[in-house]
This record gives sequence, C-alpha cells and structure tokens, in this order.
Amino acid sequence: MAEELNVGCARPTGGPVGETVPEKTPESDNEKKEVMSMIQVGKKAPDFTAPGYQNGKFINVKLSEHLGKWLLLCFYPGDFTFV
Amino acid sequence: MFVHKMWNDHELSKMVDGGVPFAMLSDAGGRVGKVYGVYDEDAGVEARGRFLIDPDGIIQGYEVLTPPVGRNVNETLRQVQAFQLVRESKGTEATPSGWKQGKMTLKPGPELVGNVWKEWKTEMASD
Repeated sequence: MAEELNVGCARPTGGPVGETVPEKTPESDNEKKEVMSMIQVGKKAPDFTAPGYQNGKFINVKLSEHLGKWLLLCFYPGDFTFV
Repeated sequence: MFVHKMWNDHELSKMVDGGVPFAMLSDAGGRVGKVYGVYDEDAGVEARGRFLIDPDGIIQGYEVLTPPVGRNVNETLRQVQAFQLVRESKGTEATPSGWKQGKMTLKPGPELVGNVWKEWKTEMASD
C-alpha cells in the first residue's frame, strides 16, 4: 500500500520501471521530444509517480513500487465521463 | 484527485459496494498519458487506454479506445489469465484464438508446425 503523503503533480520518471534514470543531458532532452511515446509490447513500462485517491485517502503512487504483481493501468478522459 | 473522491463517493460507490478499491490517479496536463501515447493534445484529455503490465514491469498488451466506447472487463481478465498461464508454463504453452480459462492450449514446437488444424478448429475462436 502506498503511504499517505502531500500530493503533487503526476510525472513520468523518465525511465522504464525498475531501472535507474540516466543523467539528463541536452541531447537526451532533444531525443525525448522526438520520441514521445515509449510504449511497445514486450518492453518495460515507463515509470511514473502520480497523486491519487484510494479508500478515503490521498496518496502518491509510483508504478515501480508495485513490481512483482500483475498491474492493470487504465486511462480515461475524466471523472463522470459516463462509460 | 479531489474530483476522484467526489466521483467515488457520490456515484461509483452507488454501483460498487464500498466504492472503488483500487487507486484512482490524477494526470493533470497529461504528462504520463503522453509517454503512454494516450493523450489527445487538441482535446486536452486522455483516451481510454488499458495497459497490462507483468510482474517484471513488461507491457504484455494494451488497448486504446476513443472516449465514447467503454472497455470490456471480461476480455481484460481473459487476457490476464492467458498471460499468467503462459508465464506459469515458462513459455512452453500458448493460448490460441478464442482461448478462455479451461480451454485447450497449444504447445508450440516442431511437431505442431503445419498441424494446428488437427488440434484447433475455427469454431473454437468464438465459442
């Protein structure tokens, strides 16, 4: 269970789950702008932290802290969006 | 995520006893959604994306739909069960089209090449 914390903004960590993020260089920043999505089946999921709500508490969640379990990550346009 | 609380407390908890048990996350600005390729810059919202991630952090499958069409939970669970079976078998078994829990699997290897027709029938794709 993620600990209860002051909430911030969601952000990708810049690397895949379970790997250290390389130091930022101006070149790597340029590369990132060209390759926005890092999604490919059979490859590691991009890691991120995001604020959330669960069982009455506001929490911060880091994807890589849940390695070892099967995870289902769902995106949706917004709360109350009907379907 | 303050709205997540409102949605959970005022609507979702009326559909699911006790409300949603899993974490509802917030991605203001779509920074995570952009990396996952589901953020619509023009509309400023994320599509209905669903990513299946295994215990090693590997993405095994995903599906992305535009906002007006909802997902199919049974299909998602079927895929989780199929990937779990394959992982359990250490890759020695594969689940053919239409597989669901309890149905036969295939064991890919030299003997199966050209012989799938003997084991798997087209009706099995949709029953």
